[in-house]
Amino acid sequence: MVDATVLQTLWFILIAVLWIGYLVLEGFDYGVAMLIPFLGKNDKERRVMVNTVGPVWDGNEVWLLTAGGATFAAFPAWYATLFSGLYLPLFLVLVGLIIRGVSFEYRSKHPDSKWRHTFDWMAATGSFIVSLVFGVGFANFILGLPVAADAKLTSLFVLEPRPYFWQLFSPFGLLGGVVLVALFLFHGSLYLSLKTKGELHDRAKGFAAKVGLVAIVGGAAFLIWQQFVHPTGLIGWGLLVLAALGLVSAWWFNNAGRDGIAFVSTAATILFVAVGIFTAMWPGLGFRDAAGAALSPLNVTTASSTPYTLTLMTVAAVIFVPIVLAYTTWTYWVFRRRLSIENIPDEVPATA
Amino acid sequence: MSAETLARWQFGITTVYHFLFVPITIALSLLVAVMQTIWVRTGAEKMLQLTKFFGKLFLINFAMGVVTGIVQEFQFGMNWSEYSRFVGDIFGAPLALEALLAFFLESVFLGIWIFGWDRLPKKVHLAMIWLAAIGTMISAVFILAANSWMQNPVGAKFNPATDRAEMTNLLTVLTNPVNLITLPHVLVAAYLTAGGLILGVSGWHLAKLGRSGELAGKQLDQRAAWTWATKFGAWVMIVAGVLSIATGDIQGKVVTAEQPIKMAAAEGLCNSTQSAGFSIVAFGVDCSKPDSGFAVTVPGVFSYLGKGDVNATMEGINDLNKKYATEGFTTNDLQVQAKDRLTAAGVTDFAPSIPVTFWSFRMMIALGMIGILIGLWALLATRKGRLPKGGKLWTAAMIAAPLAPLFANSFGWIMAEMGRQPFIVYGVLPVSAAWSPGVSAFEVGLTMVLYTLIYGALAVVEVGLLLHYIKLGLPDVEEPKVLTDDDAPLSFAY
Repeated sequence: MVDATVLQTLWFILIAVLWIGYLVLEGFDYGVAMLIPFLGKNDKERRVMVNTVGPVWDGNEVWLLTAGGATFAAFPAWYATLFSGLYLPLFLVLVGLIIRGVSFEYRSKHPDSKWRHTFDWMAATGSFIVSLVFGVGFANFILGLPVAADAKLTSLFVLEPRPYFWQLFSPFGLLGGVVLVALFLFHGSLYLSLKTKGELHDRAKGFAAKVGLVAIVGGAAFLIWQQFVHPTGLIGWGLLVLAALGLVSAWWFNNAGRDGIAFVSTAATILFVAVGIFTAMWPGLGFRDAAGAALSPLNVTTASSTPYTLTLMTVAAVIFVPIVLAYTTWTYWVFRRRLSIENIPDEVPATA
Repeated sequence: MSAETLARWQFGITTVYHFLFVPITIALSLLVAVMQTIWVRTGAEKMLQLTKFFGKLFLINFAMGVVTGIVQEFQFGMNWSEYSRFVGDIFGAPLALEALLAFFLESVFLGIWIFGWDRLPKKVHLAMIWLAAIGTMISAVFILAANSWMQNPVGAKFNPATDRAEMTNLLTVLTNPVNLITLPHVLVAAYLTAGGLILGVSGWHLAKLGRSGELAGKQLDQRAAWTWATKFGAWVMIVAGVLSIATGDIQGKVVTAEQPIKMAAAEGLCNSTQSAGFSIVAFGVDCSKPDSGFAVTVPGVFSYLGKGDVNATMEGINDLNKKYATEGFTTNDLQVQAKDRLTAAGVTDFAPSIPVTFWSFRMMIALGMIGILIGLWALLATRKGRLPKGGKLWTAAMIAAPLAPLFANSFGWIMAEMGRQPFIVYGVLPVSAAWSPGVSAFEVGLTMVLYTLIYGALAVVEVGLLLHYIKLGLPDVEEPKVLTDDDAPLSFAY
């Protein structure tokens, strides 16, 4: 059997990979959804927006579910303490995911404009809530959530003090939320300009040029601040530079009309930011000792499953992650064409 | 109410609600794939119409299954953190595998299926719905393995150093006898439900056509389509119904072997009895008082259900309680190791609620039977191409066709899960020792109220949409073609 430390390290990296998959992919469909009420000037344009993400958003969300499942399986104590500790924020995430999840499906089912406005706003609001909460959440993982053993169930760690809610909204936490929303809006508007033609494309491009500046300024502030609240040395600064270059490159190439490179640049930015955050979460998993010890008592070693379980899961991941990546890539190939309002069929009159 | 009680209600409400969408998702995906396959092979327009029609109902249902399913994955950690910590080494793996092997397959290929009519050649497009349908079934395999482990925790041992259960053999977990029989029973029950939906909708339309006098033109085509679908739905119901009886019978014997007190409670059997009878109804049974309650009982049948022999002795609640108090649970290693912990935790009553298990068991059976009878009636009413005469009873039967099996699913789960009480991991971990100590009653209560409101509102929207599209009937269709012109309108888009 492979050494436990190797397996634990591997699964920490794999969970980071799943999160990166989620943030890069679903990040743009959150961005698009948040923009539906603002960038689509008429129903056909809004339908174009919905159709750019329609075939892929649900698959994108599965990256989050897999990250959750993998955390449960590989680091049960991490899953247990995190999910119960951040009870209300996670509930907000669930509400966001629920109201946006049904919206894409249900908006199209009635041509009525009030009906569609309702679901457009639900999609936008849900996506906004989820982006904001995850932004605040990851900022707090960088700071470290304070944990201590429960008084009665002594093997279980709980956040200390309880309830741990208002403490999440420190200036750094709030900045994290705002920056992630801005980053997803930037990423999403670049996706839109990559996937559309005509007026909508130009509008998405124009919006990206504006929100890109917010993302650059906010992102830089957040990343620099991060190096002081939780220094990770040269690696941290290196990733900061890469992330900043990605943002600037996205902004530059968007203005230059190179939609593809611009979109890849924000994707790369999200990757570098996430790697930087997960680096800061090693080995304490985003926790710190409430009593002040240097190492969180809940960490990659103490939270992990047995080498037996981790080995089996590794086998499954080695086989199936490449398969999933292959058919996900194929989906994007199938729907590679840009869409415009010309492509959207009129409403089919109801047949009785 | 305590946080624990609220958390239990929350799990009950959200899980029963989630499982209203699961059976249709599992079975209708494959039945729609069958319809589309027939269309691809024969080119019959009615099969494309039926594919699109039932495909739409499927998608309206699927969206709800997806969003309520996310809550399921999160709430183990949110409300049951000690449980999650204690069992994660075993229970987490099937959940992760479900996401990796099943959810990706379902979501990605369903996305291509919905939007890909103009993008892919016919046969490739057909493969998409098959892959999604296979995904739903793989999902059932893993989640039922996880649930069966809670009922019968095999393939694990207790590790005092980490104070938790740890997996010793994944194969043993997956081939848990409870899982091997629960999986087919849940799958065929799903087909009974989806068959009921197809039959109910089609039979209702058929009776409507029967009332419109002389049929002409398009109506004749509609009649042909709905007749096909009515018979198809009825056959699915009958076959799935017979198989659910057969698998249910085996499951009764497996439960009797692994969880005898669950079966005893489902019969209200207080004392071990030879040639035990099956009560059609029973009221006021209280095992702490001798000869309490009233029951109408068919002799020998309960022994047959439990052990396949009318003369067999079935263990009663009182005798089992005594046995568990002295010997502990002994079906598997983990239970044997947990004995001292249970004694320390002070658990003395090992029986679930009698009325809940008793009545949910009977409701499941009765509603399932009603489903089969409706299927038989529909076949009879449409034999030799006849139009059903309609009438109030027919309409009621068509409404009951999906609903009776659907609620039979719910009651089956209520029996299975309430029957595992007072344990969350059977014979190992009591529910009272499994919840999240860091979560307050206020938090659980608040979220429960909000879940109920959101779920209630979504139910209104979902049912409204389903009825709207059911009433609209078969859509006009045109043969999909792969688009080569980038500016041409798609034949279908959201």
